[in-house]
Amino acid sequence: MTLVELMPFSVLVPLIAAPLCALLPGRILPWLLALASAIASTVIAALVLPQAIDGPLSYAFGNWPPPIGIEYRVDSANAFVALLVSGLAVLATLWGRKSVNEELDQPQGVFYSLFLLALAGLMGITLTGDAFNVFVFLEISSLSTYALIAHGPDRRALLASFRYLIMGTVGATFFLIGVGFLYIMTGTLNMADLAERLPEVADTRTVHVALAFIIVGMGLKLAMLPLHLWLPNAYTYAPNFISVFIAGTATKVALYVMIRMIYTVFGADYSYAVLPLTAVFLALALAGMFIGAWTAIFQANLKRMLAWSSISQVGYMLLGLALGTVAGLTATFLHLFNHALIKAALFMAVGTVAWRVGSVRIEAFRGLGRQMPWTMTAFALAGLSIIGIPTTAGFISKWYLILAAMDAGQPWLVALIVISSLMAVVYVWRVIEAAWFQSRPADAETVREAPLSLLVPLWLMVGLNFWFGLDTRLPVAGATAAAEALFGPTGVTP
Amino acid sequence: MAALGHFNYWIVVILMMIGFYCVIARGNMVKKMIGLNIFQTSVFILFISAGKIIGGSTPILRKGVELYSNPLPHVLILTAIVVGVATTAVGLALAMRIKEAYGTIEDDLIHDDEPAAEDEGNR
Repeated sequence: MTLVELMPFSVLVPLIAAPLCALLPGRILPWLLALASAIASTVIAALVLPQAIDGPLSYAFGNWPPPIGIEYRVDSANAFVALLVSGLAVLATLWGRKSVNEELDQPQGVFYSLFLLALAGLMGITLTGDAFNVFVFLEISSLSTYALIAHGPDRRALLASFRYLIMGTVGATFFLIGVGFLYIMTGTLNMADLAERLPEVADTRTVHVALAFIIVGMGLKLAMLPLHLWLPNAYTYAPNFISVFIAGTATKVALYVMIRMIYTVFGADYSYAVLPLTAVFLALALAGMFIGAWTAIFQANLKRMLAWSSISQVGYMLLGLALGTVAGLTATFLHLFNHALIKAALFMAVGTVAWRVGSVRIEAFRGLGRQMPWTMTAFALAGLSIIGIPTTAGFISKWYLILAAMDAGQPWLVALIVISSLMAVVYVWRVIEAAWFQSRPADAETVREAPLSLLVPLWLMVGLNFWFGLDTRLPVAGATAAAEALFGPTGVTP
Repeated sequence: MAALGHFNYWIVVILMMIGFYCVIARGNMVKKMIGLNIFQTSVFILFISAGKIIGGSTPILRKGVELYSNPLPHVLILTAIVVGVATTAVGLALAMRIKEAYGTIEDDLIHDDEPAAEDEGNR
């Protein structure tokens, strides 16, 4: 079996494992199967990445040559995202067992089966080279995510899930309308083929509208600022394991689809000329950065704080996209990668406290620094990464973003990036202050440090934040290759 | 007459707006799901209409027929219908669980039930 034939299995393994998982009894077996499939998926994605950087791999399903059949087309951009999604799924699953055991009493086969479906959906969106196939996988991952969020222990999880379902379906349907218009104009759904045929009909209103529909639809999925309403509650009330997983992956994959459509299918020159994307993304990115960080400062529920912080971080990614240069897109991909690591680590830390203390309110964190030193230190270190202190992964992506802004001749953006990072200092500091500088309330029970099965994955995640802050070869090479692949070999700026 | 020639597309636009309005304006969750369904259905009609070729026959290979309608949109929409049914199922299941947990599926009533101060963390 060649690597090209192996490549689709990073989607198929979780997809096939999902129904098996639903049949497994008890708790440990479904978890083991989920973990094993996620690891298999990651190994395949890791094998594919170096090959994909050399040149795109293409697999035709059912041996129907593209553009007739469905093609999986993997270049550096999606190989990079696929490795991130599957790798994060492994770490989240490792961490998740105890957390899920505590939040769900019933046998967990169905729960992990949904998780595997969500993973398969996200991997499928990433790897496929077919626009309609993106829609199908998008709905597979979204529907399973709605069901997973509804598993949250609080009854408000149901409301959060329902609202996410409404907004998510509208977003996916918008994407479908956009794809429909493209099909009407070109008669093809294969992305590479679309890119070839679109220039002939590029100056029609149908194609302009298709682009607008696709951007708004994906904007809903990635929580671009005015379309972010579903996100805070969904992240807050989901089971902690699911918060870790979707905070690191779901919005990132939606962002990848948007970038893929803008750059590969429509072409950057065209997209930025037809719609005022630079102005729109810039305004929404800055609004997201500041409103997200500002709202995060005032949240008493720490999961909600992290959710608003995610909205702020999506702003940074959009900012890189708004610049419309190779450097900007590299910064976007870097931050996509680094933010996934940071946010997963932070949600794991908060989830570990929730497992031990039973609350994610800031009051519950008072004096915890001495009672759960390892957990709270991990939180603080991941917090440094989200602020962007040198030697952390968060610093690298902000550094590249600042370089890209300077390069694009917009030095004023640097000041705004620094200011919004300072706002991140405030919301991280609130937690550190509560944990170390306030004493534990007299009536609170004494808690012990969390067990190793939670701490080891958490510290692994925090370790990755520092590893990729010091040794930037993998993310920078991956992000650069991704950006260059999307801009085409010449790397012309629009 | 030109406007009438696009009859299908007018229907698509009208249905889409009705569905979208229903999703946004209605507080009742079942009505929201109905709106969502109408919204999705309009997109199905859009695809199907695009597949019709004037004078084209049903896309079944047989003698004496030269021109066929495009069958691909039908296949795509068959998939999209399945997705739509699954979405409706999940949405209605959630509405039932919300009814059990809150005793109502009216968005407005649930808001009143839920003061912001009573935000007791995760459990």
